[in-house]
Amino acid sequence: MKFLKIIAWLALVALIVIQFFPITLNESDAVPQSDFMVENQVPATIKNQLQVSCYDCHSNNTDYPWYSKIQPAAWYLEDHIQAGKDELNFNEWDTYSSRRKNSKLRSIIKQIESGEMPMDSYTLIHRDAILSDEDKRMIIDYITALKDSLE
Amino acid sequence: MKTVKRTIGIMALAATMVLTVSCKDGNKNESTAPMSSEMHQESMDDKKDMAMNDNQDAKAEAILKDYFNLKDALVGDDNGKAKELGNTLAQSLKSFDASNYSDNEKSELNDIIEDATEHAEHISESDIKHQREHFKILSKDVTDMVAITGTQVKLYEQYCPMYDGGTAWLSKEENVLNPYYGSSMLRCGKVQREIN
Ligand code: HEC
Repeated sequence: MKFLKIIAWLALVALIVIQFFPITLNESDAVPQSDFMVENQVPATIKNQLQVSCYDCHSNNTDYPWYSKIQPAAWYLEDHIQAGKDELNFNEWDTYSSRRKNSKLRSIIKQIESGEMPMDSYTLIHRDAILSDEDKRMIIDYITALKDSLE
Repeated sequence: MKTVKRTIGIMALAATMVLTVSCKDGNKNESTAPMSSEMHQESMDDKKDMAMNDNQDAKAEAILKDYFNLKDALVGDDNGKAKELGNTLAQSLKSFDASNYSDNEKSELNDIIEDATEHAEHISESDIKHQREHFKILSKDVTDMVAITGTQVKLYEQYCPMYDGGTAWLSKEENVLNPYYGSSMLRCGKVQREIN
């Protein structure tokens, strides 16, 4: 039992120590002119859904819940934000060529259709990010129309 | 005993936090595949044709060659090989240089190459279903590229109405072998256009 106790204390100390490691927060006040929502006339409900479900990882501004500023959670989130933004950054939408926009829109449709995005591990805690079948249909219809208008 | 319980409780809480926030493991395999053979071949081509435009053509031909190898891997349902070849293709795409084309063509080519590179990179790290989704858009990019650069090779644009609402790809042979279905529907498709 004593052994277990030592391990437990060590783990706790480690947990406290890592809180002091700095994290770079993905936060920005201004919504740039190149944002997806600025460039396209997105209906309010769809705009809101995308912002709640996708913008945390796919824009320059993450709405951090309290636990995500705590280590090691913050590190995991940081990784995913980086990877997510590399793939698709809604804030930089207008900087994409129309060919690239087309590819991204197609990819968004596929990801939502297959339920791969938003990630399960994310919706596990962000219950409001879950898209209902109705939400999915609406978003997919909208994105498809947008894609066709670009072609 | 009580403290132990409490500490373990805290640890458990921490563990739950970690688990809930960690999204699925990002596939982080920065692919560094061998491409020396490619480079070698290009530099030999360079020597053959010193003229600038032929040099460009050589790069476009290298992209086409990689594209066809990738297509064959998908026809053969070979996920691993397609990953490797996706990476090879990404390298060839990156070494493409559009600077000798007219301004219009240049910007079009740069857009094409940027998009195609992204799809090739995805192919180098995904499962076969995703590889095929990306191959569809990649095929469009490569077709548009050839429309500008031209090619020495005779090409067949083939089309299968079944896959994803109708999908095209390029082949060097007239015979149809479907890269989107592989063995499950190898023969879906027909030649819809001949290039050259
Ligand atoms: C927890 C963070 C997170 C959230 C929330 C999230 N994504 Fe992602 N997304 C990622 C990461 C990480 C990647 C890159 C790795 C991958 O493809 O799995 C990615 C990749 C993508 C891609 C590119 C995939 C490809 O293979 O082309 C698209 C499109 C996408 N996300 C759309 C969305 C949409 C739409 C939403 C909202 C409905 C969303 N994402 C929500 C993290 C997230």
